[in-house]
Amino acid sequence: MSGILVIAEHRRGELRAAALELVSAAQAAKRGAADKVAVVLIADKPERLMPHVSVGGVDEIVTVKISAHDFDPDALESAVGALIAARKPSLVLIPHSIDSFGYAAALAAKGGFGFATDVFKLGYEGSEDSGQAGLVATRGGYGQKVNVEVDFPGKDTIVLAVRANTFKPPEGVSSPTVTEFTAPPVRSRLSSRSFIEVSSGDDVDMTAAEFILSIGRGIGEQANVERFQELAAAVGATLGCSRPIADAGWLPKSRQVGQSGKTASACKLYVAMGISGAIQHLAGMKHVATIVAVNADAGASIFSVARYGIVGDLFEIADALRTHFEPGS
Amino acid sequence: MKLLVAVKQVAALDEDFEIRADGRDVEADFLIRDVNEWDDYSLEEALKIKEAAASPVEVVAVSVGPEDADEALRKCLAKGADRAIRVWDEAIEGSDSIAIARVLAAVARKESPQMLFAGVQSSDHAFASTGVATAAFLDWPHAAVVANLTYTPGGDTAVFRRELEGGVLHEMQIECPAVLTIQLGINTPRYASLRSIKQAAAKPIEVLSLQDLGIAAPDVGESGSLSRVRRMYIPDKGRAEMIEGDVEEQAARLAQIIKDAIGGAA
Ligand SMILES: Cc1cc2nc3c(=O)[nH]c(=O)nc-3n(C[C@H](O)[C@H](O)[C@H](O)COP(=O)(O)OP(=O)(O)OC[C@H]3O[C@@H](n4cnc5c(N)ncnc54)[C@H](O)[C@@H]3O)c2cc1C
Repeated sequence: MSGILVIAEHRRGELRAAALELVSAAQAAKRGAADKVAVVLIADKPERLMPHVSVGGVDEIVTVKISAHDFDPDALESAVGALIAARKPSLVLIPHSIDSFGYAAALAAKGGFGFATDVFKLGYEGSEDSGQAGLVATRGGYGQKVNVEVDFPGKDTIVLAVRANTFKPPEGVSSPTVTEFTAPPVRSRLSSRSFIEVSSGDDVDMTAAEFILSIGRGIGEQANVERFQELAAAVGATLGCSRPIADAGWLPKSRQVGQSGKTASACKLYVAMGISGAIQHLAGMKHVATIVAVNADAGASIFSVARYGIVGDLFEIADALRTHFEPGS
Repeated sequence: MKLLVAVKQVAALDEDFEIRADGRDVEADFLIRDVNEWDDYSLEEALKIKEAAASPVEVVAVSVGPEDADEALRKCLAKGADRAIRVWDEAIEGSDSIAIARVLAAVARKESPQMLFAGVQSSDHAFASTGVATAAFLDWPHAAVVANLTYTPGGDTAVFRRELEGGVLHEMQIECPAVLTIQLGINTPRYASLRSIKQAAAKPIEVLSLQDLGIAAPDVGESGSLSRVRRMYIPDKGRAEMIEGDVEEQAARLAQIIKDAIGGAA
């Protein structure tokens, strides 16, 4: 068992950034030069994606031609399964993404491979049981309040879904060898129909906002939204929110920051009030240079990405803050 | 016609919690139990389908867990689930999401529903894999992160939209029976009335053992899992500088941080 397979994700003909991050994750897990890193392109036109994955650290590109242009979980599961059977890799890396939510667990369950999701750290360590080095993967638990190390006793092939924005994409280019792999025929039980961009009719562009005041479920009820609208206006911030606020319709969906919402790309100061710091929220804002978190729970995971933290009641802080921005103050 | 809804009694941590002596979980005394947030939405989706259907639809809630999972199931009954099933056996202890999926699949085989709904993930461990693994054991079609569903009970296919990164929706068609994992915001979950909560307390919960489902003990627990928890620990708190003092002092400091950052515009 050796070799690492990186399953590259693409959408609507474009490679997704996570694919390259996984190459770096593979480098981190590599046990030596014998552990070759192969990037797997499963697509209707895999050769088109090849130039984008010829990056530093890639030894081989494996192309697998399938008929589906868009996401097809049955075809992906079958192709990766066949590839594992043929190559017996020690490790298979998949992005922890919406696409992988749709097939990775089925792949692992059917093959009986070692399996963990949302992994942000991985490496081989000595194991007490066998004295042999075994793979240890670290993920979060209990709403990211603890770290959990998992291992995979007795598993020859381990499939890990790796958290996005955890590993930096590799630098440099490479000239990997290219191998074609023929996937077994599969009758897919799903078919793709269309992609729909959602617009909410709000004209604010969160991606352009430099200062965001963002509110989460901690604000309690809809009636409280207005005072934060006023506070945001007073301090000169764009009002953003976490998902529950948008799902409830208290603010338009376009204000939602996070994985399924907007990325605060231009933001320099992000004040999060009553937001716990779920990984999907962090996906849209953890890069911001100055993050201030106000939360009643000193253990909230938002504090782990914040530059400044205030443990306290957000309403009290909001009211006191407001007095510093009254006209004439 | 039957819809099966998988629900989990999740655990959140008390403010001051301690890791268990064996270092592999949090001491049970510090766990606060509740129904998984995502499961409220999957139950609601099933109830909506039932209410809109021309012919009778039975909604069955199922949970794999010890007795405290009854609380989650009672909430489902109070909201309108017709039946509730709980599966437990000491041997299930230590199961990962895949071993739990094996149990759920056995329940689905027994119940033969037309659809199985699960949450996208659970709010405690967020594996995002139980529903799709259940589909694998059943050899059923599966789809994850469903944010919109058009399905007529008994139909051979359903049309759904999965929610992608950035909020873009991808519309797909799937053959039924299928397993769908349901995303937050797909609907507005109802609240149970006090009266229905009282009534639910008197309703039976069917309890099944591994034997009832024909599952061998080694197929669950650690030996039936694809991963094993080795260690749980509290991560470093990160680089946050905590702003101390009373509310006035904290707010004054925050005001200063804002004014510095935006160039004293206010
Ligand atoms: C596929 C997928 C995509 C997702 N996309 C997104 C996304 O784009 N954006 C997003 O935000 N979420 C997203 N989520 C949801 C995410 O997992 C969380 O459920 C969500 O971020 C939680 O929002 P919250 O922090 O506001 O609420 P909670 O987690 O409920 O946190 C509320 C916080 O408020 C604090 N609080 C309560 N009262 C007070 C008070 N009086 N004063 C101070 N603090 C108080 C609490 O201590 C707590 O920390 C997604 C989930 C999935 C599975």
